[in-house]
Amino acid sequence: MMRSILAAVLAASLLGVAPQLASAADDTPPPPRQKWSFSGPFGKFDRAQVQRGFKVYREVCAVCHGLDLVSFRNLGQPGALGYSEAQVKQIASEYKIKDGPNDQGEMFEREGRPADRFPRPWANENAARVQYNAVPPDLSVMAKARTYERGFPWFIFDIFTQYQENGPDYLVALLTGYEDKAPAGVTLPPTLSYNKYFPGHAIAMPKPMEDGRVTYEDGSPQTLAQYSKDVTAFLMWTAEPHMEARKRIGFQVMIFLLVFAGLLYFVKQKVWYDVKAGRI
Amino acid sequence: MSGHSTYQPQNAFMKWMERRLPIAGLIHSSFVAYPTPRNLNYWWTFGGILTFLLGMQIVTGIILVMHYTPHADMAFNSVEHIMRDVNYGWLLRYLHSNGASMFFVAVYIHMFRGMYYGSYKEPREVLWILGVILYLLMMATGFLGYTLPWGQMSFWGATVITNFFSAIPVVGESVVTWLWGGYSVGNPTLQRFFSLHYLLPFVIVGLVVLHVWALHVVGQNNPTGIEPKSAKDTVPFTPYATVKDAFFMMCFCVVFAWFVFYMPNYLGHADNYIPANPAVTPLHIVPEWYYLPFYAILRAIPNKLMGVVALGGSIVILAFLPWLDTSKVRSANYRPLFRQFFWIFVLVCLGLGWLGAKPAEGGYVIAARILTIYYFAHFIIILPLLGWIEKTKPLPNSISESILKEGLPAGGSGPAPTVSKH
Repeated sequence: MMRSILAAVLAASLLGVAPQLASAADDTPPPPRQKWSFSGPFGKFDRAQVQRGFKVYREVCAVCHGLDLVSFRNLGQPGALGYSEAQVKQIASEYKIKDGPNDQGEMFEREGRPADRFPRPWANENAARVQYNAVPPDLSVMAKARTYERGFPWFIFDIFTQYQENGPDYLVALLTGYEDKAPAGVTLPPTLSYNKYFPGHAIAMPKPMEDGRVTYEDGSPQTLAQYSKDVTAFLMWTAEPHMEARKRIGFQVMIFLLVFAGLLYFVKQKVWYDVKAGRI
Repeated sequence: MSGHSTYQPQNAFMKWMERRLPIAGLIHSSFVAYPTPRNLNYWWTFGGILTFLLGMQIVTGIILVMHYTPHADMAFNSVEHIMRDVNYGWLLRYLHSNGASMFFVAVYIHMFRGMYYGSYKEPREVLWILGVILYLLMMATGFLGYTLPWGQMSFWGATVITNFFSAIPVVGESVVTWLWGGYSVGNPTLQRFFSLHYLLPFVIVGLVVLHVWALHVVGQNNPTGIEPKSAKDTVPFTPYATVKDAFFMMCFCVVFAWFVFYMPNYLGHADNYIPANPAVTPLHIVPEWYYLPFYAILRAIPNKLMGVVALGGSIVILAFLPWLDTSKVRSANYRPLFRQFFWIFVLVCLGLGWLGAKPAEGGYVIAARILTIYYFAHFIIILPLLGWIEKTKPLPNSISESILKEGLPAGGSGPAPTVSKH
């Protein structure tokens, strides 16, 4: 379904009707800015939040979406969800992993181990298409694979403010942007849903969750808005598992470069002193 | 690399070596004793920065290759393997991908500096043309490298760019099939692009050697655009140029590190985190930012063949710059009219870059057409005419005179002269 829509979009753009589509996308509001614990030069993941997000992923998203690139062991790595080795083992063991062939040449199922990757919820793409009318995209790098256009002059300011949470902001907007009924005058193809923030508004994924869908044990509000933020934070971690190390090392590198550049500046002043004074 | 070496070997081994392979003397005369104009400003440090970036790209690239798999089914995940499982793989990959962008930042500054100060004029034509060839090779290498992660933009960018060749009359389609190694962009394309992406940087290294050689034969231009006339006009490369280059290189690295560590995906495209899918076309296929001005020129022209010709022409025309600019005066500092047209030209290039990222429709196309016409007019009409009609300012007699004119030694800044007597 998704494919045929996109093929239609491709065909339409080749036929030169792209301007209408582009203007149709113009009524898409920009996603609201969220506050993220991982933004900025000292950003870190909020462990409680990514753990809650993981719970949302397991209970809601994982019904359709895979996490192909993530291993269970990643959950316990430094800068990850903060789970201990035992907890990671426990989580892994809750999954069934298809392995084999064994000595008899047969495939078999076993308990998951930390080295295993998250298993896909469907056997293959065709099976997914039969079941969901579309292939649910893998979520491993989803937080980096979506964005929205900032436009001039904001994209220049973003360099200085380090705003780069376009993807997470869009994901929260998408998850909270479902509307039960398409606005008057818009007819949706069957099986598609209306989403305020999705380009073109007709999205194959039905509204995935509502208030109270997932039970939180830490007393956080059990609302769609909270779920959306938490699962997005979790997906930011799956997309960029070494982000905390990156920002930490980045700060050390910056200090080094600035001090070294400063020292070189004074060396340069000293070396050039006589030349500047016109004595050489 | 020019003139007689003044290198004096200090120990027995170096004396022995110097009589057989005078490599130390070559290095000494090229990077130590080499006379460099004393009035060079920081715009002249970008040659060194580019050399540093080339080395860094090669080193990070070679290590990335150890972990990367050039196969249509595995490339995307092997890049993610580097990002996740390889020790500091994320650092290597972000250094390499942002390094490419920084390479183009530096080369554009380097080129605009050459244009502003007339560095392409006699006797530096060959030096300049080698630079244009280097720039072309860089563009090719950058494009080939961008296809390697095999994301959506990799795939569709490769499809769009290779399709340029289908505009060639008669044999176009065959050429494209030959380039692809099939009837669409696929695994054979990825594998040959990977091979060429590994090859071209070493071709670049070879040409950089020629570029530096040519530079050392004719000597550096300088902000006055007049040749050094006496020893008083120059200072030895080491320590004067080396320390200045090193200082500014570190400043450049601060900008580089800002992107690598704090916003590593800002200069890329989100769609490239979606695995390549031949069945799904992205809504807007946009090349990397450094190609955007040329992409705007391509799309400004309604005819495909003419669009490709204009795209190629917009780069090739740079090679003719030494003869299109008819003015005898090099530096824009002494060319008041050219200086204004230079900055207009810079703005036109930036404008084309912005338009290259916009959809090709309505007002954007009209604006891109106007700017494209101006881009070519700058070279074909404005530069030749300026040489005839412009009244240039009087040139100083020498580099040192130009410095003394600026009021040196000023005494106001820097420590008192007595401090230097030690």
